[in-house]
Amino acid sequence: MAVTFKLNGKSQSVDVSPQMPLLWVLRDTLGMTGTKFGCGMALCGACTVQINGSPVRSCVTPVSTLAGKSVTTIEGLSPDASHPVQRAWAELDVPQCGYCQSGQIMTAAALVDKKVAPTDADIDEAMRGNICRCGTYQAIRAAVHTAAKYRAAKGAA
Amino acid sequence: MANRRDFLKVSTASAGGLLLSFWLPESSPLAAQQADSLIPGTPISTAPRFNAFIRIAPDDTVTFQIHKAEMGQGTVTSLPQLLAEELDCDWKNIRTEFPAVEPEYGPMMGVFGSQSIRTSWVPLRKAGAAAREMLVETAAKQWKVDASACHTDNGFVINNSTGARLSYGSLAEAASKIPPPAEPKLKDPASYRFIGTSPKKRDTAGKIAGKTIFGLDVIRPGMLYATLQRCPVFGGTVASFDASKAKAVPGVKHVVQISNGVAVVADSTWAALEGRKALTVKFDEGPRAVNSTASLRKMFADLAAKPGATARKEGDAEAVLASVMKDSVMKDSAAKKVESVYEAPYLSHAPMEPLNCVAEVTADGCDVWASTQIQQTARDIAAMVTGLPKEKVRIHTQYIGGGFGRRGRADFIAEGVEIAKAVNAPVKLTWTRDDDLQHDTYRPGSYTKLAASLGPDGMPTAWTGRVVSQSFAGLRNGVDSTAVEGVADMPYSVPNVYVDYHNPDTGIPCSFWRSVGYSQNTFFTESFTDELAHAAGKDPVEFRRALLQKNPRLLGVLNLAAEKAGWGKPLAAGRHRGVAVVNNIGSYNAQVAEVSVEKGKVKVHRVVCAVDCGVLVNPAIAEQQIQSGIVYGLSAALKQAITMDHGRVLQANFDTYDPLRIDEMPVVEVHIVKSTAAPGGLGEASTPTIAPAVANAIFAATGKRIRTLPIRPADLV
Repeated sequence: MAVTFKLNGKSQSVDVSPQMPLLWVLRDTLGMTGTKFGCGMALCGACTVQINGSPVRSCVTPVSTLAGKSVTTIEGLSPDASHPVQRAWAELDVPQCGYCQSGQIMTAAALVDKKVAPTDADIDEAMRGNICRCGTYQAIRAAVHTAAKYRAAKGAA
Repeated sequence: MANRRDFLKVSTASAGGLLLSFWLPESSPLAAQQADSLIPGTPISTAPRFNAFIRIAPDDTVTFQIHKAEMGQGTVTSLPQLLAEELDCDWKNIRTEFPAVEPEYGPMMGVFGSQSIRTSWVPLRKAGAAAREMLVETAAKQWKVDASACHTDNGFVINNSTGARLSYGSLAEAASKIPPPAEPKLKDPASYRFIGTSPKKRDTAGKIAGKTIFGLDVIRPGMLYATLQRCPVFGGTVASFDASKAKAVPGVKHVVQISNGVAVVADSTWAALEGRKALTVKFDEGPRAVNSTASLRKMFADLAAKPGATARKEGDAEAVLASVMKDSVMKDSAAKKVESVYEAPYLSHAPMEPLNCVAEVTADGCDVWASTQIQQTARDIAAMVTGLPKEKVRIHTQYIGGGFGRRGRADFIAEGVEIAKAVNAPVKLTWTRDDDLQHDTYRPGSYTKLAASLGPDGMPTAWTGRVVSQSFAGLRNGVDSTAVEGVADMPYSVPNVYVDYHNPDTGIPCSFWRSVGYSQNTFFTESFTDELAHAAGKDPVEFRRALLQKNPRLLGVLNLAAEKAGWGKPLAAGRHRGVAVVNNIGSYNAQVAEVSVEKGKVKVHRVVCAVDCGVLVNPAIAEQQIQSGIVYGLSAALKQAITMDHGRVLQANFDTYDPLRIDEMPVVEVHIVKSTAAPGGLGEASTPTIAPAVANAIFAATGKRIRTLPIRPADLV
């Protein structure tokens, strides 16, 4: 059964088992490996993408639920890593091993879209579903604050 | 399975020469989508080669071969700093590759034991200096002047008298052909321009764009996807299996038995996982099906009642202890004896990138794409499984999504290669998170008895330790040094010391876990040292200072951490401090943790960490590694344990093996001592000290002594 949805701004049709989670459609069917597998049970956040602008765990999202929706992955967040969150991440050199960072960035991007000046408590609440085993949390917290400033400046311009 | 000793033997004796030899043409559309990615070695540089580490192309591109792996510890940035420092090249012209296994890289290829900088410090600077001298000599010959009449500047050789300049790229072809100098001259540290600085990490750009290719991201033309059903009990074997339902799952292509279980191979990971769910396997579980956490604890405690193999003996600690009356102050003496039992659980590594292996076996040989910490082990295992000579095995090192020691083992590579061989196609084997937690090679659990006597002045007169923790790194005179490290080499000056060791037979696979024996033993000894300080009525920092007079570098970090943390100064209401120190992996580390405890809930607010790691190559990476080690250790101290029943691991995912999350992250402050000593390690430096620093702060807060990890709320109320 073919499903059609918007992927990073372009129409995408896939003909796979309707139960196949978006994560595996992205990685195995479409060869887009920026979205990561970490737990398969929405417990770690490594697979986070945005669906209609909200952060969603792609590992538990059957592809059949996506008809007509708009999916953004790390590959589509910006063409050149210029999204305010990516700029902040680069400035603070956040990643260590980097494996969880696609998911961290997709969650953070949704946060700064929603909150102009997120507090530490806002960051805790939005980001606590994203595990980083390297322990980059302190850098992530600082980078989200920086990203929010970039986002606000961009919005004002 | 090859162990550390085997691979040392193998790697020094093996032949190779594969540096240039291999990259398959990319033909599938999926592979083409990865063409602009950071697949290391795409394409492998064929530029003029100066030595095992350096190639320079006519367009001035300098390619460094990174003979380690990158798992977040910064090797693709810090190792180029060493090379670029002595080569004197332009930082913006550098690219890096992970080379094939070659004898030239010696036994220290791979990343383990916080060795990357330590083992590269001399050879990489020499490699850079040698290439630079070859470039200078070539330019001098062209100008018909002496090499001493030339100097280099950021990728150019310059004629001192005429000011003429020749780029490294223009000289490379000729320079690469002259004999390398035997003893190249190294720079005066005063003129360093890369070492001691923090350039932006070279892999950040790929990692924030989702472009970096980790092992699990490798796609090969015609590749199939595999999962493996293993026996839930260690050492068990497949008795029989019924593949009919699995084969009926759409997309499933093969169901095959291999050494470690039954593999389901399909056209997507999802189909392989669905196929595995439908598979029926009967296992012969073997003798370890009786293991439980309670039975293991009893086995360990029984052993701890008996003398073990001697790990350290100085003076006669047992006689001194026997002469001190147990439990109390003697009527006519201030001497005291303190005795405690400490316990730590088995732990899983749980890197974010689940274990995986892409393998392809053809008549021409075997190719393995893997995020491996030790390339030689990976190669040797693949050779063993395929029966091919080692020269026919090509390991393509990929970026690692977290290792922490787990990826030093090659069980997942053996499995991937065996499946690829069985189905005669390129295969990607993916471990799920429950595979990872239930088939890890674990940090061994430990049951350790510590005892000490204090003299009338309150200072220790004797110290004994009995460690019960299973061996995985080999026994010498009955002792596995990795099991007793931290206890046997506890850093304090005590006149009588005795440490012995038991190796319980559990059948549980174990291996190196970030900071190895220190990960549990430093918790034991530093908590116990706190007990002694309190028994002596002394301040825990003052007590340690008195015992570290012969250990100036450890004393130095203790003093620095105490000063920066404001030790002894008033704290916000409800907050308390604890301190701990360790000397491991050639570095010195002290931490002061600031903690509050409310209704059994521990909150770690702030950690002040002082480090002496000798010469500092990259301060920003060093600070990140210290933060990282603290988070890893704090996750274990507060939240994690692997437990067993009926021989099965009970944890299956992050809901039951939960790491620290951002809302639990303390503020971590890192202070690094300036030093000209040879570099020490950093990746494992800060992991051991966080648990005892927190536990000692909990004692300050509540009067409750934590002797078992993880810290349980029930122990605090």
